[in-house]
Amino acid sequence: MVNDQDVILVYDGSFDGFLTSVFEVFELKLQQVSIFRKGFAQNSLFGTIKEVLTDPLKADRVWKGISKKSSAAGKSRIYYAFLSEKPEVENLLLRYIQYLFKSEIQIDSDFGNDDVLKVTQIAKSVGREKHRMEAFVRFRLTKDGFYFATIEPDFNVLPLISKHFKSRYADQQWVIYDLQREYGIYYNLETVDIIQLTLPENFNATQSSSEYFAAEELEFQTLWHDYFKSTNIPSRKNMKLHIQHVPKRYWKYLSEKME
Amino acid sequence: MSFERTQEKLKILADAAKYDVSCSSSGSNRSNATKGLGDATGMGICHSYTEDGRCVSLLKILLTNHCIFDCAYCVTRKSNDIKRAAFQVQEVVDLTINFYRRNYIEGLFLSSGIFKSADYTMERLVAVAKKLRLEENFNGYIHLKSIPGASDELMKEAGLYADRLSVNIEIPTKEGLKLLAPDKNREDFIKPMIKVKNEIIQYNSEKKLIKSTPKFAPAGQSTQMIIGASGESDQQIMWTSDYFYKKFELKRVYYSGYIPISNDNRLPQLGTAVPMLRENRLYQTDWLMRFYGFDVHEILNNEHPNLDLDVDPKLGWALRNLGHFPVDVNKADKHMLARIPGLGMKSVHKIIQARRFRSLNWEHLQRMGVALNRAKYFLVCASNDFERRDLTGAQLKSLILQNSTSKYQKILSPQMNLFG
Repeated sequence: MVNDQDVILVYDGSFDGFLTSVFEVFELKLQQVSIFRKGFAQNSLFGTIKEVLTDPLKADRVWKGISKKSSAAGKSRIYYAFLSEKPEVENLLLRYIQYLFKSEIQIDSDFGNDDVLKVTQIAKSVGREKHRMEAFVRFRLTKDGFYFATIEPDFNVLPLISKHFKSRYADQQWVIYDLQREYGIYYNLETVDIIQLTLPENFNATQSSSEYFAAEELEFQTLWHDYFKSTNIPSRKNMKLHIQHVPKRYWKYLSEKME
Repeated sequence: MSFERTQEKLKILADAAKYDVSCSSSGSNRSNATKGLGDATGMGICHSYTEDGRCVSLLKILLTNHCIFDCAYCVTRKSNDIKRAAFQVQEVVDLTINFYRRNYIEGLFLSSGIFKSADYTMERLVAVAKKLRLEENFNGYIHLKSIPGASDELMKEAGLYADRLSVNIEIPTKEGLKLLAPDKNREDFIKPMIKVKNEIIQYNSEKKLIKSTPKFAPAGQSTQMIIGASGESDQQIMWTSDYFYKKFELKRVYYSGYIPISNDNRLPQLGTAVPMLRENRLYQTDWLMRFYGFDVHEILNNEHPNLDLDVDPKLGWALRNLGHFPVDVNKADKHMLARIPGLGMKSVHKIIQARRFRSLNWEHLQRMGVALNRAKYFLVCASNDFERRDLTGAQLKSLILQNSTSKYQKILSPQMNLFG
């Protein structure tokens, strides 16, 4: 039976937007509610659709409330799980946050609770993807002296890896571009900014053509490729383990895996 | 840098360095405070994995594969007829920097054949590290090999620039070393190790008084032993390992299954399989010692000098000590939880946290990722549904083996045992 009080909150896809939606749920005491990012709410869903306007102040109040009732790890788990962009993750997080506010004690580690365990598991896979990107980003030196990398991660991890690359590559200009989500981060020797690029039509992200890349770039890729081959021990070969560590979907931008 | 010449050298000197299994790049605390290149805080990163499944984290090369020694187990030994090459100091610096800038590596692992003398070789290793730190403002990870017999002064200088230092003791027993590496003696390995250990102790005490004391090998020392080259028992290997962990405060001991590289009749013949399963069991034992609170004598002793190949060492211990089980996961302390087969330390921590909210049952444990096919015989939880408790160790073992598949099945099958 359809409940005529069902409400569907639609937000802009940002974390602040999601937190604002959570704010509305509490503010309006909504009982039968679900949250979807714009474009993901299916028309077949019954209920009243209400668009949420992102409000940083409301978002901040929710975040402060969460902070008071969570450990640092529990808090970052919420953000990590959000960045998974998994279908329905907003509604899982909403239930989690409702449980958190209702409980007298900190619920971060109540792994016997389904929602807590689920959020923990999703956050863990996002963390794994973050770590993979810190490993698998391959910078290529462009003619203009930028170090340029393209990625297509499973989850939206650019916001999570920015700090790592900034502290590590403090003396070189670099860009890491998410081709699927069509945005990137750019470090200009001072700050890291979010950018959107219009890539040339003939640009092939898996090749380092001399039109765009520095002359020595291919030499270093060759040296790295050779090194990778030389360091292998054939009598210990174990491709199953190899692919478990470096799943094939990541090979596209790994110069050592190109033939 | 001439591309072709560097390319040729890199092939030779990376190939010769690959038998050193250490590839750790964690445990340091060198931050990029100078806004230079690189940062060695936090955990290490494996930037790739070889086809044999090993982590590629560092540019691991020899400075040269010329060597005055003739150790039977070593591919670089004097009498081996192979191509020789040597890098210039600057070439290693350039490769490291350019690989690092592209995010290929966490840093450099530099070892070397010994040419002319120990000090002459060590001096050149130190020169590379010094140049990277002082001229290139490089804060990535540097692992230098301590050359056996190198002077105290050079070891001290090495520690100022390197994050980690290591000497490979290679052969677990004195007798084995005498047989396979007659030019080397154990004291030469140990001397630089003692020097580094003492410098680290001194650094730690000075650091308390003077904050600006320069770092000394912040990621500590490690060593490596070759497994299966000199007929040693698992007990001999792990007791040696335990001794080195305690006596020299090593961060890691690595175990490297011997890869046949010559027809020397003192060694396993060419074509002999690499003892990978045994190597794996030794690492599991090493983990039990370092993280699970086991004493090495509980696992390996005169009655039980070798590890079981068909079950992991923790399960093996549990089967010999059934009196300690079953353990109640809702009540037991961390120490006992860690001894339940199938429970890793992560699960142990999860259980301790989660049981504050409710008593845990089978379903909770399963969803948290506990390997119940082994664990279920050794624990009780909030359920009346228990496994049989009246079985002997041998019966339990065959029950567990029937219900699990080992990734080493091929090695464990009866046909292979004929050769093993």
